[in-house]
Amino acid sequence: MLKYFAKRIVLGLVTIWFIASATFFGMHAVPGDPLAGDKAMTAQIRANLEAKYGLDQPLGTQYLIYLGNIAQGDFGISFTQENRRVNDIIREHFPISATLGILAIVFAGLGGVLWGALTALYRNRWPDVVIMFLVILGISVPSFVVAAISQWSLVGLNLATGTAVLPIGGWGTVWHMLVPALVLGLSTMAYLTRLMRSSMLEVVSTDYIRTAKAKGLPATQIFSRHQLRNAILPVVTVLGPAIAGITTGGFVVEIVFAIPGLGRYFVQAIQQLDYTVIMGTTVFYGAFLVFMVILVDLVYGFIDPRVRVEK
Amino acid sequence: MSTSHLTPADFQPLQGSVSGQQISRPSLSYWADAWRRLQDNPRAMASMGLIAFLLAFVSVGPYLWQVDPSVQDLDQIGIGPGADRSVTLAPPFQPWLPEQQSTILADNAMGLTLTMPATTQAVRLMWARADGERYRLYRNLFDPSDTGSFGLPLAELDRSYFEDRLDLQAGTYFYSLVMLDANGAETATAITQTVNVTRVISVAEAIERGLIKTEAEAQLGQELKLAWHPLGTDYLGRDMLARLMYGGQVSLFIGIFAPLAFVLLGVIYGSVAGFLGGATDQAMMRFADFVVALPFLLFMILFKVIFGIGPGESGIWPMLVAMIILLWPAPARLVRGQILQIREEGYVSASRLLGGTTSYVVGRHMLPNTLGVILVTMTFQVPSAIFTEAFLSFIGMGVAPPTPSWGAMCNEGIKSMLTRPHELMFPALLISITVLAFNLLGDGLRDALDARMRGTE
Repeated sequence: MLKYFAKRIVLGLVTIWFIASATFFGMHAVPGDPLAGDKAMTAQIRANLEAKYGLDQPLGTQYLIYLGNIAQGDFGISFTQENRRVNDIIREHFPISATLGILAIVFAGLGGVLWGALTALYRNRWPDVVIMFLVILGISVPSFVVAAISQWSLVGLNLATGTAVLPIGGWGTVWHMLVPALVLGLSTMAYLTRLMRSSMLEVVSTDYIRTAKAKGLPATQIFSRHQLRNAILPVVTVLGPAIAGITTGGFVVEIVFAIPGLGRYFVQAIQQLDYTVIMGTTVFYGAFLVFMVILVDLVYGFIDPRVRVEK
Repeated sequence: MSTSHLTPADFQPLQGSVSGQQISRPSLSYWADAWRRLQDNPRAMASMGLIAFLLAFVSVGPYLWQVDPSVQDLDQIGIGPGADRSVTLAPPFQPWLPEQQSTILADNAMGLTLTMPATTQAVRLMWARADGERYRLYRNLFDPSDTGSFGLPLAELDRSYFEDRLDLQAGTYFYSLVMLDANGAETATAITQTVNVTRVISVAEAIERGLIKTEAEAQLGQELKLAWHPLGTDYLGRDMLARLMYGGQVSLFIGIFAPLAFVLLGVIYGSVAGFLGGATDQAMMRFADFVVALPFLLFMILFKVIFGIGPGESGIWPMLVAMIILLWPAPARLVRGQILQIREEGYVSASRLLGGTTSYVVGRHMLPNTLGVILVTMTFQVPSAIFTEAFLSFIGMGVAPPTPSWGAMCNEGIKSMLTRPHELMFPALLISITVLAFNLLGDGLRDALDARMRGTE
């Protein structure tokens, strides 16, 4: 078990190195120059700036310096925001994205398990039909449309009641987080509901459920002790990739609801060609996702002992 | 007793006229069987119909609805579907020489008066003014008593008249006149006038737009119909229907060709890895693992930046290339797994034993047996490719304006969502329908092609 995870972590580190290298060489292949900005500058100023950002070094040296800095957790200084360190940007804005993401995952996970169990319980009856219709809708409607429509309805709600029931954008209190997190988690919730439903239906026809029935256990106990607990396993497996989906989906929600998260910052940095911020954010997100997937696998090992035996 | 009716003939053995070996129905190939199962699935068939309709909408549609998607109709900017498009023929715009004496001011608090019927040419307001008084004039699309805001400040005035010619559209406007105190701050003295603006057009303009042919047939006050926009126009006055058709071409092109390309690449990569096996397979799959680990959307955006978009380019190709580079590992893994499994099957050994060459075995046995899985994967990749295009265009990283795409149109529409919801709703609806159709078709195909998966969803 321990050996397996040590191997996973080493592979994860190699993956991060791969991401960092791909980002570095990618960004250096971009036509244009981070200093070719709006201000005219003399050759001397330019040389000074290049020296400051290390752009006067050969590419190989720059790459080594970059890798060395990343190994120490230093992503450099922003090009467009003078003297603002990328680390500070991440430290300031990532917690917001993370809070939103965690809330969304909680919504998606709880909702997915609940609705999925419900649909399986009421298979082919109206709750199943209604929920599955909503699920298909949730999968088919792009997140930015959901975000826009929900914001629109919030405006309508606030206008109709005459007071600000819920804020339509911004960040600060729990009330600001509620709707964006719901919107962010919606497509994942739809996906998890589908997964939970099929996994529930699979579990229903297993031998141990039949045994439990034969023993005369009440239906509620069979449902909560045997069916639900076993059906949840596949849901946990996909939580890793789901976290990835939710972090990137966060961009849209952050833009629409004007939330000062890292995703919005990343899009902004791309539009301004802020090289260090782009590279720093990409590597940071990449590392985050890689370790999230490993973490989910680790958790899965605790939930499902069979996995531990196999590995 | 009826036994007496039996004759010896009844005890003759029957002739073997019915052959037990005969197959009563035609033998169905795997694909014919799958097709039959698919036809039994009403949802899948409906989604196929929808997809055919959408393809016709973007390919045949532009021939039926020959409106240039980039032409601006400046008379009808941001109108919704079914909006009134009547226009009155009026004399050309004449400069206004306000003469307060000849105008009888309305009997309200500030004497705010509309001096002549408001048209899209001009709204002319006049009011009673005492010496030294200053005013601020506002215009709003909504009633200030509802929204609590006077709206757009038009001017600060120390005179008693104002002519508004700023971007007037047919409809209702609320003009508010607020008196200012000596310091220029607003006082409580304010009045709102509701103005109904009618759309007018001069003879010369009507001829230019092709509404009438000659000046001779023009008659002032005559009612004409402006160009018809069945789904309205966007914020620049471009025809929504035409833009949806051309935008759909971009969205569906990326949505269909990107999966086609990267699934093909993945199939080649995966089948080579699976077939060669051993260390090569390990190395190839490790590389695929790295590519999978790249944060997809981040790198999608990065690639877009790296490939760059030159002036006048639409940005479709960089997006396509980026998708192919990033998305091939998933189908590659899938196909490799299938190939590894099939490699051990008896029929492959048999084929080899009978002298089948590698290319024959792969082409004749292995790939056809994975085709079902590949087809299902591809169908499910279409919605995600459409989503990716829409998402990138939405954050402004996708196709470059003025090229329309459904995602880019949503991006533009969301800005005026509150006043003109149709600009967001139509492209959003089309994206949703397309994604829905491909998802349902994918479900149907999976059920039809893969017997093991049937009924689990």
